[in-house]
Amino acid sequence: MDEALLRSLTPAVLGILVRRGAPFAAAEDAVQDALVEAVRVWPENPPRDPKGWLVTAAWRKFLDATRAETARRRREDVVDSEPEPGSVPDADDTLQLYFLCAHPSLTPSSAVALTLRAVGGLTTRQIAQAYLVPEATMAQRISRAKKTVGDVRFDRPGDVATVLRVLYLVFNEGYSGDVDLAAEAIRLTRQLAAVIDHPEVAGLLALMLLHHARRASRTVEGRLVPLAEQDRGRWDTALIAEGVEVLQAALARDRLGEFQAQAAIAALHADAPVAEETDWVQIVEWYDELLAFTDSPVVRLNRAVAVGEADGPRAGLKALAELDEELPRYSAVSAYLHERDGDRRTAARHYAEAAGKASNLAEREYLTRQAARLNN
Amino acid sequence: MAKYLLLKHYRGAPEPVNNVMMDRWTQDEITAHIQYMRDFADKLKGTGEFVDEAALAQEGTWVRFDGEGRPPVTDGPFAETKDLIAGWMIIDTDTYERALELAGELSAAPGKDGKPIHEWLELRPFYGNAPTITE
Repeated sequence: MDEALLRSLTPAVLGILVRRGAPFAAAEDAVQDALVEAVRVWPENPPRDPKGWLVTAAWRKFLDATRAETARRRREDVVDSEPEPGSVPDADDTLQLYFLCAHPSLTPSSAVALTLRAVGGLTTRQIAQAYLVPEATMAQRISRAKKTVGDVRFDRPGDVATVLRVLYLVFNEGYSGDVDLAAEAIRLTRQLAAVIDHPEVAGLLALMLLHHARRASRTVEGRLVPLAEQDRGRWDTALIAEGVEVLQAALARDRLGEFQAQAAIAALHADAPVAEETDWVQIVEWYDELLAFTDSPVVRLNRAVAVGEADGPRAGLKALAELDEELPRYSAVSAYLHERDGDRRTAARHYAEAAGKASNLAEREYLTRQAARLNN
Repeated sequence: MAKYLLLKHYRGAPEPVNNVMMDRWTQDEITAHIQYMRDFADKLKGTGEFVDEAALAQEGTWVRFDGEGRPPVTDGPFAETKDLIAGWMIIDTDTYERALELAGELSAAPGKDGKPIHEWLELRPFYGNAPTITE
């Protein structure tokens, strides 16, 4: 039973139902029901044409559900207007679904949930587990989201940037429960890259691949390991090679964007055989490019770290001094630069302060340990 | 069976016996402490007494309603004197004695020099369901 294949067919099947005239919300329910039936039936009776099987099953589920609610006449109208399956390229349907599920009228959490279900083919239970909320809560979130986009035209182009933001959010959530959200985000971004030619889609895919390549080395026994101390022998060289290739092809198009710039920074880190050989000068330049797209204080904070490596800790502290002390991770960066500058006492104090402001337990433990290391 | 909340405080509880902040411990002492906490939760999952646990960040704010159409009033972040909860574990045990025993065990988590912290924990029973048979 190939669950990956099954899930990869989800958007095309859903697109066909919608094109045949099924309202999005009902079509989406029908496809979920068909997926559940496939999981039950396929192991014993694998279909010769999996997609055709799913379309037939989902359409039947849709008609069954509609029969209960809708007048006979309307149903016949829908059936009469049914176009031949496959008359519209799947790629268009898939792309439209991404746009719909990331529609600007949706909140980020709704867009994420709807994308994972309607495009990703995950069940409500899996999504609920991944985001640590009760299944009933997630079901409600998805059903409200479907209502919100119920009247959105399916044939209008959407905004790629909103889709990328949603996929970025999914990737950043990492791993919890039995669904690997990072891997799922990569799968969905690959699928998107296959149906739209856009340098920023490629940029985001490259960024994800390059970060994912370092995953095995990012923690040891549940403890965070900073980039400089990671065991580079455990980095996934195949993913890095793919990420770099995707990025280079995107950069060659000469339409730079935020994700390509971030991926370029990740690629420069991946390119260094040891931390000491990192090309920090180029990384600072890429941060400057990034700032041209998004003048975000978080980018400026990361740039201060890079300046500290390229031009020495004093230069880094000077860049840091221009930023707001209330920024998340400000104290952590300050602690790091003060230690590099030889001021262990200030560094220890700032690490302890940073631990108190950490936004997750792994980070809090890491920062506390840094303070303890300097205090002992 | 009855459920109990074990509350851990950043501030507001009486001073523990082994009162040294974690950023003054050695790396091994930190590791031992974290392992103890993990093992404790794992053990309760094994015995079927674990319900839930959560850790809270060190900051928070008081908030209250300020009338229709107005943004809520905030007062904070919490003053230094405020009782500050660090986290909780919910357990489901057969007896009150068992809950006490487990709370004591959690309070014995090792700190500086590998010695028990003797941290004060709050043990709070949940209200149960109304019994079916009342007469």
